[in-house]
Amino acid sequence: MIYRMITGASIGLMSLILVGCGSGENNGDSSEERKILKITVGAEPEDIDPHVVTGVPEHHIIAALTEGLVAEDPLDLHPVPGVAEKWEVSEDGKVYTFQIRENAKWSNGDLVTASDFTKSYKRILTPALASKYAYMLFVMEGAEAYSTGKLKDFSKVGVKAINNRTLQINLNAPTPYFLSLLNHYTWFPVHIATVEKYDGLTKRGSGWTKPENFVGNGPFILKSWQLGRKLVVEKSSTYWDAKSTKLDEIHFFAIELETTQENAFRAGQLHNIYNLHIDKVATYKKEHADELRIKPHLASYFYRFNVNKKPCDDVRIRKALTMAIDRESIVKNVTKGEQMASTFFTPPGVAGYTARARFKEDIGEAQKLLAEAGYPNGKGFPSLELLYNTTEGHRIIAEAIQQMWKKNLNINITLQNQEWKVYLDRQREMDYQISRAGWTGDYPDPNTFLDMWTSWSQQNQTGWADPKYDTLIRKAAITKDPNARLEVFQEAEEILMDQLPIIPIYIYTRVYALHPAVKNWHANVLDHHPWKHIDLDLSLLKK
Amino acid sequence: MLKFILRRILETVPVLLCVAAMTFFMCRLAPGGPFDDDKQVTAEVREQLNKQFNLDKPLYAQFYQYLINLPNLQSFKYPSRTVGDIISQKFPVSAKLGFLAMCIALSIGIMFGVIASLRPNSYIDYIPSSLAMIGICLPTFVMGPLLILVFSLDTLQLESFFIKFGLIDFKNFLNDIGLTWIAALIDFPYPSIGWGGFDGDLFFSSDMILPSLTLGLFYAAYISRLTRGGMLDILTQDYIRTAKAKGASAPRILVIHALRGGLLPVISFMGPAVAGLIAGSFVIETIFNIPGLGQDFVKSAFNRDYTLVLGVVMFYATLIVILNLIVDILQVALNPKLKFQS
Repeated sequence: MIYRMITGASIGLMSLILVGCGSGENNGDSSEERKILKITVGAEPEDIDPHVVTGVPEHHIIAALTEGLVAEDPLDLHPVPGVAEKWEVSEDGKVYTFQIRENAKWSNGDLVTASDFTKSYKRILTPALASKYAYMLFVMEGAEAYSTGKLKDFSKVGVKAINNRTLQINLNAPTPYFLSLLNHYTWFPVHIATVEKYDGLTKRGSGWTKPENFVGNGPFILKSWQLGRKLVVEKSSTYWDAKSTKLDEIHFFAIELETTQENAFRAGQLHNIYNLHIDKVATYKKEHADELRIKPHLASYFYRFNVNKKPCDDVRIRKALTMAIDRESIVKNVTKGEQMASTFFTPPGVAGYTARARFKEDIGEAQKLLAEAGYPNGKGFPSLELLYNTTEGHRIIAEAIQQMWKKNLNINITLQNQEWKVYLDRQREMDYQISRAGWTGDYPDPNTFLDMWTSWSQQNQTGWADPKYDTLIRKAAITKDPNARLEVFQEAEEILMDQLPIIPIYIYTRVYALHPAVKNWHANVLDHHPWKHIDLDLSLLKK
Repeated sequence: MLKFILRRILETVPVLLCVAAMTFFMCRLAPGGPFDDDKQVTAEVREQLNKQFNLDKPLYAQFYQYLINLPNLQSFKYPSRTVGDIISQKFPVSAKLGFLAMCIALSIGIMFGVIASLRPNSYIDYIPSSLAMIGICLPTFVMGPLLILVFSLDTLQLESFFIKFGLIDFKNFLNDIGLTWIAALIDFPYPSIGWGGFDGDLFFSSDMILPSLTLGLFYAAYISRLTRGGMLDILTQDYIRTAKAKGASAPRILVIHALRGGLLPVISFMGPAVAGLIAGSFVIETIFNIPGLGQDFVKSAFNRDYTLVLGVVMFYATLIVILNLIVDILQVALNPKLKFQS
């Protein structure tokens, strides 16, 4: 009797709650024929203002909403006409003249004009906006001076609207990768009138990126953005090439956790797994080979030496440590994602460049160098600490290397993991001996990997500086002949691999899964996927 | 009573100020800042950024600014949102998840606890008590993925069972007659991520079931043990024997006399628990990808999102203070031995 009462009461309570929750909305999806791509690009986008953001998820979303002067070919990413229907390059390779197409429109119907670009570039270079990526435009004449406040007059910067449809850009030097660079979102235009309307041009995070205000010129327009849930874009009818756009909508889900991505993918709620957890790779190879994708990525995994601190100030020790690592074993047994063991820094095959400079993995030689430096068989070797940011993946690699150095050189190092921001802070303050790092190229050219080791680069963070290296990078920037230019990079990388302020470990791969119904998705080193080409085969989607 | 409440509210002001000061200064002491990133920025850019976000002002001035204007301040990580935006968008989600979980926790927990207390050390005690023990021992980050495996990825092939017993047809029927919220209950297999359906606008949807259950069962386990303890204590009291002697019926004794006192431990537990439940659970929200406040609670600290950290902490602190006050009032109402004292 009592039990019955209690259960009765709880059921009553539950149903009361449920009645309270009831609503008449229809659960069913009536628009089955619409092509809706459900995809995750990892974390929540910080913003979608191309002049403010810095991240990869933001790149994928902005690429759907905005288009630059040129676009990318979906297969190999070579520049194809975008907002500009054609362009001319001057004899000396320093002046580009773009012809903007007549029917390029913003999502509010305005025409895209040359002055949209000049004003956009002025905005990103304005010191008060403090764009973190403004340096991407520094190949343009006067851009760096304007951005650092040394030049006040923007008309002296090398970008000019000759008329509504003609834009001229003057570069500091012939820059063979310039057209590829234009596909970085920092070079995308923004609708200045809209940006101005909400708190002005130099205020970051003004309301202009809200769905109700946003104006873009890309193949898709912003439909909604629910924080922490998803950002939805839908096909734009004002886009000049709208007939080529195949999808009706793309839903960018913000899902950081790999296992959550996988659960959603398996449950049919997502069409991709952005990062597949390494523990799952073997299973996917066996059971879902049609979904698994493992592709080389334009990114290098390496350790930094602090060359100002003992014992890594001695190049012999740096060499010994670098040589005494078995990289093949790391990629085979530890990272397991078909990464490429690297005895060089720049990922091979970037714009025709494959590093010639390679060091040898040679334990005998390493032991000899260590003895020469004064520590035969590791005797009396000072304490050495390896810093990495707290992540399981980095820990296991660090442990493997710790073991290899112990076994091959008989030295003991300690591992220190730090939370991300602390790790970055210590790296910036040079408060480390060896520190883990990774670098993803901004554009497909060796320059993005090699200019970071110049003495003036913010990204160097090793204390290493070599005047000869600096000279070579400066020389490469003004060399017009493409082959001669690559040769200069070869020389520079030889110096880098001889001095070894870093320990290259492997070249990243992207390990992800994609639903077979997603079509025209081509793997490439930048992991760019021009959205207007992507299609969805509805017949392959399970109900 | 009014005096008691007023006094308590006044007392909270210094508490909240202390919390704000500690959070603010601890955040600032931590190494690294909101603008540290993979790619380091130049000193000029850093300086401009500090200026834009007022980090160049003295600390006390910033603290004052934060205190008087917190909800309208920009988040560092998500500059297009203010702290108020983020909390007002995400809190309702966390609150609903917490409310659903609390309903599950209370109904299952109290029911199990009462049943277990009726005949201590018999099988009707052992079964619910051991289930509760299992519930306590299974953390949500184990329970959640387990529920997803069974009810979302359908590893046990339950769908065929659903089809066999006509539950799918029944669901479609319910949808047709407009009872979509009951239909959602049997909309098997349940989604593994999301909240409020595909567009996130449904008041009740099948994706709310698994997260609420995961969170609810965990609390249900605690509540059932607390209820059992409280009830065992009360059921041996003299006044219960008196009530029996006077001939009161068993249900009347249980509900009117015993439950009132037996639930006191649960009430004290519920104060902070409810605050925790509705402020969001980081684990549940991460596993089920629910856009709630719990994720910001953790991530904003990692991101050194100074404004958002303070916003979320202050919001949570205020919630706890209010709920504790409610609990105190409830306890006096339920326990005649207590009086409002100042």
